[in-house]
Amino acid sequence: MSKKQYAFYPGCSSQAKASADNFLRSIEVVKEKLDIQLNEIPDWNCCGASIGYGEGGELPRLALSARNLALAETNFAGQDMVSVCPACWLASRETAERLSENSSLLAECNEALKEAGLTFKGEVKARHFVEVLIEDIGWEKMKEPVVKPLEGLKFAGYVGCQTNRPFGIAGESFENPKYLDKMIETCGGEAVKYDQKVTCCGGALAFSEPEKAQKQIRDIVESAYDHGADMIVTPCQLCQANVEIYQSEINKKQGTKFNMPVVYYSQLMTVAYGGTAEQAGLDGQLIKAEKLEKIAGK
Amino acid sequence: MTTANEKAIAKYKNDFLREVEANVEDGHWVKMCMQCGVCAGSCPLGPHWEHSPQKIFMMIRAGKREEVLKSDSMWMCTSCYNCIVRCPRKLPITHIMHGLANYAHRLGLAPQGQPTREIAKLFWDNLIKTGRVNELKFSLAMYFKDGFSQGIKNAMAMQSIGLGLMKAKRLNPLELFGGHACKDKSGIQKMIAKAREIEDRRRGLA
Amino acid sequence: MNAPATPKYAAYICSGCGIGDVLDIAALEKVAKNEGKMALVKTHDFLCSAAGVEMIKQDIANEGVTHLCIAACSRRAKTEAFYFPSVAVSRANLREGVIWVVAEGAEHDEVRQEMAEDYVRMSCAEIKKMTAPAGNIKEASSKKILVVGGGMSGMTAALAAADAGYEVVLVEKTGALGGFANQLYKRVPFNSPYAEPQEVGAGETAAKVHSHPKIKVYLNATVAETAGAPGRFAVKIATESGSISEERCGAIVQATGFTTYPLEKLPELGGGQPNVVDQAGLEALAKAANGGPIKRADGKEVKSVVFVQCAGQRGSGGNGSGQHLEYCSGHCCATSIKQAMYFKDQNPDIDTVIMYSDLRVPGMGEDFYRSAQKKGVIFTKAKVTGVKGGDRCEVQFKDLILDEETATDADLVVLATGQVPNAGVNLDEWTATVTAAESGDEAAKEKKAALQKLSVLNLQYRQGPDMPQFKYGFADSHFICFPYETRRTGIYAAGPVRRPMDMFQATEDATGAAMKAIQAVENVEKGRAVHPRAWDLSYPKARLEGCTQCKRCTVECPFGAIDEDEKRFPVFNEERCRRCGTCMGACPVRVISFENYSCDTVGMQIKAVNIPDEFEEKPRILILACENDAYPALDMAGVQRMTYSAYVRAIPVRCLGSVNTIWITDALNSGYDGVMMMGCKKGEDYQCHFVKGSEMAYYRMSKIDDTLKQLGLEPERVQTQEVAITDNARVVKLINDYVAQLNEMGPSPMKGFG
Repeated sequence: MSKKQYAFYPGCSSQAKASADNFLRSIEVVKEKLDIQLNEIPDWNCCGASIGYGEGGELPRLALSARNLALAETNFAGQDMVSVCPACWLASRETAERLSENSSLLAECNEALKEAGLTFKGEVKARHFVEVLIEDIGWEKMKEPVVKPLEGLKFAGYVGCQTNRPFGIAGESFENPKYLDKMIETCGGEAVKYDQKVTCCGGALAFSEPEKAQKQIRDIVESAYDHGADMIVTPCQLCQANVEIYQSEINKKQGTKFNMPVVYYSQLMTVAYGGTAEQAGLDGQLIKAEKLEKIAGK
Repeated sequence: MTTANEKAIAKYKNDFLREVEANVEDGHWVKMCMQCGVCAGSCPLGPHWEHSPQKIFMMIRAGKREEVLKSDSMWMCTSCYNCIVRCPRKLPITHIMHGLANYAHRLGLAPQGQPTREIAKLFWDNLIKTGRVNELKFSLAMYFKDGFSQGIKNAMAMQSIGLGLMKAKRLNPLELFGGHACKDKSGIQKMIAKAREIEDRRRGLA
Repeated sequence: MNAPATPKYAAYICSGCGIGDVLDIAALEKVAKNEGKMALVKTHDFLCSAAGVEMIKQDIANEGVTHLCIAACSRRAKTEAFYFPSVAVSRANLREGVIWVVAEGAEHDEVRQEMAEDYVRMSCAEIKKMTAPAGNIKEASSKKILVVGGGMSGMTAALAAADAGYEVVLVEKTGALGGFANQLYKRVPFNSPYAEPQEVGAGETAAKVHSHPKIKVYLNATVAETAGAPGRFAVKIATESGSISEERCGAIVQATGFTTYPLEKLPELGGGQPNVVDQAGLEALAKAANGGPIKRADGKEVKSVVFVQCAGQRGSGGNGSGQHLEYCSGHCCATSIKQAMYFKDQNPDIDTVIMYSDLRVPGMGEDFYRSAQKKGVIFTKAKVTGVKGGDRCEVQFKDLILDEETATDADLVVLATGQVPNAGVNLDEWTATVTAAESGDEAAKEKKAALQKLSVLNLQYRQGPDMPQFKYGFADSHFICFPYETRRTGIYAAGPVRRPMDMFQATEDATGAAMKAIQAVENVEKGRAVHPRAWDLSYPKARLEGCTQCKRCTVECPFGAIDEDEKRFPVFNEERCRRCGTCMGACPVRVISFENYSCDTVGMQIKAVNIPDEFEEKPRILILACENDAYPALDMAGVQRMTYSAYVRAIPVRCLGSVNTIWITDALNSGYDGVMMMGCKKGEDYQCHFVKGSEMAYYRMSKIDDTLKQLGLEPERVQTQEVAITDNARVVKLINDYVAQLNEMGPSPMKGFG
């Protein structure tokens, strides 16, 4: 079977030895088992993220994403552009949509792009890797490679914000999206019901307003504990980092004893598909996902 | 020399709504708010906003220019997009808040030392240098934004986390010396400069 | 149609739907034959089938059967199959009333069978006192429809009735058709995309009315007198010239619209001061401008305008001070939006602010609201605390979002004032005045004459010259269940005289009222009740030789159907009657009855029940259940197989208002342990289908305590409950709780004396 081809936009945090280095590693087994080929866009740049608004304004931010889209169009014509990072996806998709709806904005944007020797035609579609899995591969196919079902493990599927809002995955409810729970169940695990599934982790304000953000994080981790989760699963690099990294800070300040592993859905899939702990990037956890490692080691 | 702020005041007199419509991202949506307050109730950092988005829309209509632009409310936005998906009038509230914050920042009216304003600037400056974000330099820049001695304290406080990330191969100390970068750095920088030039011209900030 | 001289009684027992599986049918047959004295008793295993129905028809045709007792399902089921108009029919409810509600199992066989046998006894007893109703066809009735009021509502009603083929007489007091719509520059849109003000179109509608061959228009005319009843209203129409024309009509649509609340009553909002107008005033300015810049009375072009919503409305909510109108007039928000567009469409730079506390735009008004926002109309959520008129008007307000007291100025202020219905004379005031005048009070006599001048219809009814008013002076009866119907049969209210509304709602309302008027003339012609018992051919008859002229029937009739003659005997206007039986319940000497519903038809059922003696420990509870809500709720309990005590015996009544206290005393004298009455909700938010029947019942029962004391009975032995049609689960609990309560009290001391 020939592999499905996509123009791939990894994003800054997924680069080698960046904060989501392990995430990108865990994608490898998933790609291989599901016959997906991701063709990295040459010389891609940062999407500007949400926080770019403060200094970047509107058009410079749109230009950043338009450059990536233009590079995808040029180098991999006919392929959808796929991101693994929700913020990258949001910025790219929003740019593609706004520019295709507004011709004067597109003209302005192309005027800027010309400085980098590019033109955006508005043809490429910006998608998230989760959309590829659900819409192009499908739940049945996703289940087929499972050789080590994650039986007995309870996961709090933490969807967070930007895969869910404003665009959403596969037309799901913004208040109670189900795709992540279904992914957990596809891997043979149990998705616990808890009330912080789509709570914001604080995003970039984890840096600037640590106390406010840590209150969000505390709510999320506490609820996962209260509902019996062994670990938290997320599709988002920033969610993963914020919710994992700051547990020790919260423990220090508030006397809690949080030690809840936070992993990516792709790490679950890799282990369920028979990958090693290293292939799954489990060595990248600050809080070790021991129960998952145990299954990987079987 | 008249500042951009003075020019804007002169141009729009007391019609702040028109000013917002012309100069703020998605500002033309402000007039469509029906004052239901769902945005205010949906914001994760809601209690920390001095004026909720609902109130900000009302203040814009009431011409409260200074109060809005000098407010640190918009800087409380975490970009969670809850307000956007719940607004019954489909106002792109997150974008409007971003736009207002950026406009206030560019006019020099946004609160000095507002931490989110500062990290937003640091982040942007960081990414523009190479076209990609250098997480280590960004972190260090953040720690030192309040001066050298505070920076050492901040860095020490987060030291264990930093070491943990390094151990987990998620933070590369070598990033301090170069690190990831786009090849066409200069093309990207020229592109951004051009985009800003166009936008500033449009908004009277040139 | 008339019952033959020799009545022949027959009982038909159905053993289908499981009835035959759990009941002893042979025993039921025996009861019908021996105790019920039925000449013919037959059982069929599928009585409502074509074969079963044919069997009954054959017996009517060949055996001379004149009275049927059908022991099968509820009287509310299979009404088409068991429709035998030439004979009297009673129904024993063995299915919903017995087998579906009595608990399953052999241990309940005995009480279940007793219950079924009692219902057969009751049905046999009832049928003996019934005759097949003959209907009320006295004279050729008129099908012409009178419409009073020539505004949008009146014109629409006239056209709807005329287009349906009915002759229409339209009376308009001014010199032109169009009403309030003639004062408008434009109207709010009725159709998609609901974005722009539209041409009013009143002139086109008026032209259609004038040219319609079936509509006769009287301009500059009023109704000087309305006598008679549906099908035979004699209407005198007075024209300005002084001439009187007479028209005979079958039904009336009153579409007399509204008057704007007087601006001068709102000085706190600048009413009466320069450059403060109401919405009608703004329409006049816009009409004068005709698309050009809108100018104030002093000729100055308006560059800024503030609209104050709910001015003097909604009590102390909105921008009311609590001293004016209590209600929301419904149209004013959309009207202000439209008027704000007059300014914005002419010049987008005009400052246009609408101050509202709750923007209410029914229908598709939300789109219209959005369209105004797009045009740049500013909406400020505020409570206006004061307005000062002048060259520069000042509006003081509390911003309800920003929570601050502030002020703004404007060239013009528009107050969105409310609608006051043109409903004629308030009957409570009328009755008090007439009573005082009759006792010789000169001032009251003058007041009566003044009130008479206010009258719209000048009805020659004992109860007063206009329709009874519902809340806030509107001529309505029940705004959800019975729109248009009013409390005067054959007279229908449409448009803002019925409740506050906008033009689109008024035109829909008018169509509805025209349909009701048609329903009335058609049913009256067939001698039937017009509604809600639209099939009913029975009507009240009084044995006047027994009447004591107490007037209770004339006073208590909710519909003003009963007048009095010179000797103060009641005069029944059957066409005005809705067949609720409230007069029958009121009559202390029990001289009022219907052919198929009377003190006897129910009384004999009560007495037919077998009352076990006190040692058997089987209490008997009588339920008198309103057929509109409570009896269907009981049936639904059966349909859902809920179970209630087999000690109750339920009799449907037309309305609790028809319950005569003799039934209660008869039941208690016969040894029943308790009586439970179930009727509709009474009071301000009543749900009674006959407006005040259930209220009358409560009033009467409040006086029954003395009777109970005389009998040596506890007051708990009689209970009255409000039951809604959705109360199927609750009704079961009410019954079971009551049975438990009576068990606690012990058997009635009257047992064995009956």
